[in-house]
Amino acid sequence: MIATKRRLPLPLAALSTGFVLLWVFVAAFPFIWTVWGSFKVEQDFFSRDSWWFAIEGTRTIAQTGSAFTGDGYYGAWVLRDFFSSVVNTVIVTVSVVVVSLTFGTLGGYALARSGYRYTFWLLMLALVFRAMPHITLVSGYLLPFFEMNIWGYMPTAIIVLVAINQPFTLWMLHSFFLSIPKDLDESAMVDGCSRFQAFRLVVIPVMWPGVITTGLFSFLLAYNDFAVTAMLLSQPNQTMVPKIASFLGTIQQEGNVMFAVAAVVSATAPLFVLVLFFQRQIVSGLTAGAVKG
Amino acid sequence: MPHRAFFAFIMPSLVAMLLFIALPIISVAVQSFYVQHERVVTEVETCTPFAGCTKETRVDAEATEKLRNEEPLGRFNGFGTYLDRNHLAVSEIGAILSDNAGFKDAAARIYNLPFYRALAFTLTYTFVVTPFAMLLGFCIALGVDAIPPFYKGPVIFFSLLPMIVTPLVGALIVYWMASSQGILGATLQTLLNDPTLSLKSSAAMTWITLLVYGIWHNAPFSFVVFYAGLQTVPHDTLESAMIDGANRWERIRFVVIPHLMPLATFVGLVQLMDNFRVFEPIVGFSAEANATSLSWSIFNDLRGQVDQLFGSAAATSMLTIVGVIILLSPVLVRTWRDFNRR
Repeated sequence: MIATKRRLPLPLAALSTGFVLLWVFVAAFPFIWTVWGSFKVEQDFFSRDSWWFAIEGTRTIAQTGSAFTGDGYYGAWVLRDFFSSVVNTVIVTVSVVVVSLTFGTLGGYALARSGYRYTFWLLMLALVFRAMPHITLVSGYLLPFFEMNIWGYMPTAIIVLVAINQPFTLWMLHSFFLSIPKDLDESAMVDGCSRFQAFRLVVIPVMWPGVITTGLFSFLLAYNDFAVTAMLLSQPNQTMVPKIASFLGTIQQEGNVMFAVAAVVSATAPLFVLVLFFQRQIVSGLTAGAVKG
Repeated sequence: MPHRAFFAFIMPSLVAMLLFIALPIISVAVQSFYVQHERVVTEVETCTPFAGCTKETRVDAEATEKLRNEEPLGRFNGFGTYLDRNHLAVSEIGAILSDNAGFKDAAARIYNLPFYRALAFTLTYTFVVTPFAMLLGFCIALGVDAIPPFYKGPVIFFSLLPMIVTPLVGALIVYWMASSQGILGATLQTLLNDPTLSLKSSAAMTWITLLVYGIWHNAPFSFVVFYAGLQTVPHDTLESAMIDGANRWERIRFVVIPHLMPLATFVGLVQLMDNFRVFEPIVGFSAEANATSLSWSIFNDLRGQVDQLFGSAAATSMLTIVGVIILLSPVLVRTWRDFNRR
């Protein structure tokens, strides 16, 4: 569309650029504002007088002597033990990504290489499973998990997240493996490899781009999940998101909303970095699903 | 691939899905037919020398506990939970329909029933946010397509943020800004010159904020997909449309949009599914007083620290699943047809 682009008349070009600028502002401003505000005291960020206080930090200067304060972060990370939920999040997300990619590559490969009719039904089943609201599944887990005494532990939440993640992973990797030519592993099998050897020696070395993209989305699912981790993990095993939610109940009474603000910023920072480095993979993953799904 | 190899490869994934998705659905279905035991009540006769004997009923905590431990599912209730006031409320609906003061009154009274309240918001959210987010995403895609390539990277970076951020966290960020002491809320108060205006005070404000948040959160997905689609619009068709005298709008209307239509159906369906389970924004905005959703009702039933209403949560879950299947059925039917044609 390059040729048509150049011919945009000036008013239209201005309008369209203005619109994009407006959107970028709308998309980015809440984050910038909250990051900025997290270094202020509550009376500035939630100022009853004027939101200029949040920019200038009037009360922050009055209370702490400088325009920026790390009190919110200190409160959240040290006093409220946000640190341990960060550790839990790392354990949960890394395990979920590793396990669901292992399961997913095997399954997706099988689905892409088998020509039988049941692969279609399995993919359809996965689509239906993908549409299930997570909280309805959680309401199915709770009672059996209580009875089996496996409620509250991290491995339980991890395997549940892996399972919830499987439909999407299968679809994504299935369409990715379809794009790897069949001849590659078939010629390996002609040379005397078993099916699994062909997978291990020939397919695994070329599958990383698709696996990384899928892994990003598995990571996002595990990292962003609230329903499963909030309901299936006991207090000491909580990950960041339910921890933030539990902050809200207790903190607002004590007037320490800034702990929650600091925790929210801390939880968002890794996502910024992720988008910064993997923007291309995220975009290609979203569109790959769209084109093929 | 032979059957055996196929199943060996897919086994871990399939087992995980069956154990943790299919079985829970069955478990939900079973649970929905049970309600928890009522408290065991014993009648105790106490006699005092002067007042005579009085009979009183007491809750036998020990026996209740024992019964609940023996049969954790509760007692069988059939479709009772589905029909009670907190779910389909059949008798209440019947009463309202047979005796009401006009449509408005009936609607208001039905809206007061918890399930219909949640359903009303869930459906509104699903069917307002999805089209508007897609429209906004499309406009952004058109705009970004026209800016110089150098700026595209940063613009896409910032555009992705609302979508990638944890839903609960995103909701909190917007909520804090929109609260009456935050920048947005305070600005709105000054602009409209109404110092009492606040997010929580009116149901309409809460709904609008949640819907705006939903559009903000969902637009980037449509944007990314449509933007990728725009790169593949056939140049020849565009050019021939220009030769035929189509102006800019007509080219978008008759060339670009038809080209993007398959993508649009895909995006629409994914977003319908995702928006139907709207949940985190309600927690983040603490909006439960004015807006609840089906997912939130389930969460609320399960959250009770002392009495977790498994039966009630399960019944709502089943009704939600029915809703999902209704939403999904067009896709399933279409995919089935496509598959048979092949």
